[in-house]
Amino acid sequence: MDGSVIDTAAPLGEVLSPAEEAHHEEHPDFRVLGLLVFLISESLMFGGLFVTYIFLRGLNEQWPPEGTEIELLLPTINTIILVSSSFVIHYGDVAIKNDDVKGMRKWYWITAAMGAIFLLGQAYEYLTLGYGLKTNIFSNCFYIMTGFHGLHVFIGLLLILGVLWRSRRPGHYSHQKHTGVAMAEIYWHFVDVIWIVLFALLYLLTIFG
Amino acid sequence: MAQAQLLDKPFQEPPEHPKAWKWYDYFTFNVDHKVIGIQYLVTAFIFYLIGGLMAVAMRTELATAESDFIDPNLYNAFLTNHGTIMIFLWIVPAAIGGFGNYLVPLMVGARDMAFPRLNALAFWLNPPAGALLLGSFFFGGAQAGWTSYPPLSTITANTAQSMWILAIVFVGTSSIMGSVNFIVTIWKMKIPSMRWDQLPLFCWATLATSLLALVSTPVLAAGLILLLFDINFGTSFFKPDAGGNVVIYQHLFWFYSHPAVYLMILPIFGIMSEVIPVQARKPIFGYWAIAYSSLAICLVGLFVWVHHMFTSGTPPWMRMFFTISTLIVAVPTGVKIFSWVATLWGGKIRLNSAMLFSVGLLSMFVIGGLSGVTLGTPPVDIHVHDTYYVVAHFHYVLFGGSVFGLYAGIYHWFPKMTGRMLNEPLGITHFVLTLIGTNLTFLPMHELGLKGMPRRVAMYDPQFEAVNVICTIGAFVLAFSIIPFLINVIWSWNKGKKAGDNPWGGLSLEWTTSSPPLIENWEVLPIVTKGPYDFGMEQRAVMERKEDEEEYEYDDDEDEYEDEDDL
Repeated sequence: MDGSVIDTAAPLGEVLSPAEEAHHEEHPDFRVLGLLVFLISESLMFGGLFVTYIFLRGLNEQWPPEGTEIELLLPTINTIILVSSSFVIHYGDVAIKNDDVKGMRKWYWITAAMGAIFLLGQAYEYLTLGYGLKTNIFSNCFYIMTGFHGLHVFIGLLLILGVLWRSRRPGHYSHQKHTGVAMAEIYWHFVDVIWIVLFALLYLLTIFG
Repeated sequence: MAQAQLLDKPFQEPPEHPKAWKWYDYFTFNVDHKVIGIQYLVTAFIFYLIGGLMAVAMRTELATAESDFIDPNLYNAFLTNHGTIMIFLWIVPAAIGGFGNYLVPLMVGARDMAFPRLNALAFWLNPPAGALLLGSFFFGGAQAGWTSYPPLSTITANTAQSMWILAIVFVGTSSIMGSVNFIVTIWKMKIPSMRWDQLPLFCWATLATSLLALVSTPVLAAGLILLLFDINFGTSFFKPDAGGNVVIYQHLFWFYSHPAVYLMILPIFGIMSEVIPVQARKPIFGYWAIAYSSLAICLVGLFVWVHHMFTSGTPPWMRMFFTISTLIVAVPTGVKIFSWVATLWGGKIRLNSAMLFSVGLLSMFVIGGLSGVTLGTPPVDIHVHDTYYVVAHFHYVLFGGSVFGLYAGIYHWFPKMTGRMLNEPLGITHFVLTLIGTNLTFLPMHELGLKGMPRRVAMYDPQFEAVNVICTIGAFVLAFSIIPFLINVIWSWNKGKKAGDNPWGGLSLEWTTSSPPLIENWEVLPIVTKGPYDFGMEQRAVMERKEDEEEYEYDDDEDEYEDEDDL
């Protein structure tokens, strides 16, 4: 499957029985598990940034410092788009589990579009905020954290596009074989969850906190 | 795809494989865990030699108070890179990357790691990291020490410092990839016939190490990215004049770098738990105690980092909490030490090089561990902070601990890896020189530290000169101790005595295959019938049965007597 030594040495006996073949679990593939373990690690990287932000917020009396105003409208729209895209991508996963490649492609295209809109919205926000990375300690945090998250959204977008690219081949994904689809979905959910924390910390707590 | 084909064809010839790898396969992107293990070990050892030469240069500079062997900037660059290379490119990659990759699949009865290509990628991040570190010398060399505390790191040789940061991010990424791989491999690829209590202790240690690396490494990455932006892109996370704070860096740094100490020693503890029972030919004492203490160290190790920051304006409640947690880590470590000593007790000990290094480790590590306990308490720590006492402590732990353990592992598994035995007289020479060198170099440093000689500086007060001369002589002994080892490895690899499959009579699964193992480890996967440390268990069972029977007979007799009394 993956060109790995493990796969070529997969036990022959198990695969031969057509009765077992119908089972969803009958293709041990640890990639999803590997991704989940990796995401624990990723979330701690964001954790490091969040903790730094909370520290700095506590150390500075005026937060955000003068001259840095937070816009709420655009980021809220962006948040709604990103959070709802998590539901959209899930429909794609449901579709492929029903062998509906067409449906999966449809939902994944919508997710990709929503992700792209989110990134464009973020770029627009950067251009119109009126302060840059170097302005003050708050803007430092703001750009690093949202930028780093944006990078992750971009990677997620690439994963989704990769799934769409591969799904052109008939039979590449099926109800039995959809590890790539599932991985893109899991990663997308992860990016979403991180954004919710980030949105609360950077926007909501700054304005209402 | 492969499955669909298999369904069409009821029987398929297993794919053809070469019997063994050629020498040039070791220089390619090979996905075999054994190749990757050896790649890690050899690369790490080369970096060990480079880092060692830097140490010798520094010790030469420090030999006398007036010595002017290297200029202070170069001294700082050597200081930084010696620490960085020894930690990130020698001990960690050799212990977990080298031995972990080589042994874990063999020990759990798998044909490879869970993600072979990820594994190869993780290894190939290391050489560029080394190149970045060594290349930084052309830009003045990173000067801020291996901790790279701001503001020092933001005001010295910026290009070199950025290269240093990138190098650490590379090895950190490699470490996270490796951890994901180890966790999934041990968790999911253990052969079904192996119960969890039959999992070799090295695998338990690797599991604990991987969990620790998985959660602590990314935090360092976050800190380093912020530092990189501070240096290059005008942000001010760690610049107090612009609202930043330097202590935050220390928190982020030590949240990784204290656990890094356990990343360096836990796999070594695993090696000890394999070498000692096999070379003493005795079941390990306290299997679960050793397995759980690895996990306990992994957990408690995450809550001790502030003991590096007792002098950074830490509030008293924090000092209290982190003192207690630091002292608690000594408990599971002590459990391990006592378990090994108890394993040695009454064993049929083979006093070969592997065993000598293991016993050497026990004694050296106890010295380092005890000075660690003293450093964990603020009153002592504040007194000796940033003095040679600290240098003495962590060299006893890292050299007397980790490096001794790596040597023990090499002497123990060299026959498995190469199919040939190492030469014993050369090995014993190597051990004796290393033991003398270690104590000669690092024991006097306690004295220097208590008297107040600061670390990290090229010049010092002449009152410390006599002791420094001893340390420098020790450093040269250590440097020369490598020579018999190098000769031994190179000569034995080509011409050494043939080892056979199981020269030590070990019971863990790696000894059930040929030496060196086949490309897919076994032709037919072995079935686990007894634990990895059940030395002489059958014999013991027979003995116990006999004793039981005797007791029974005796009881009978007693009853008879009683009966007689009654009469």
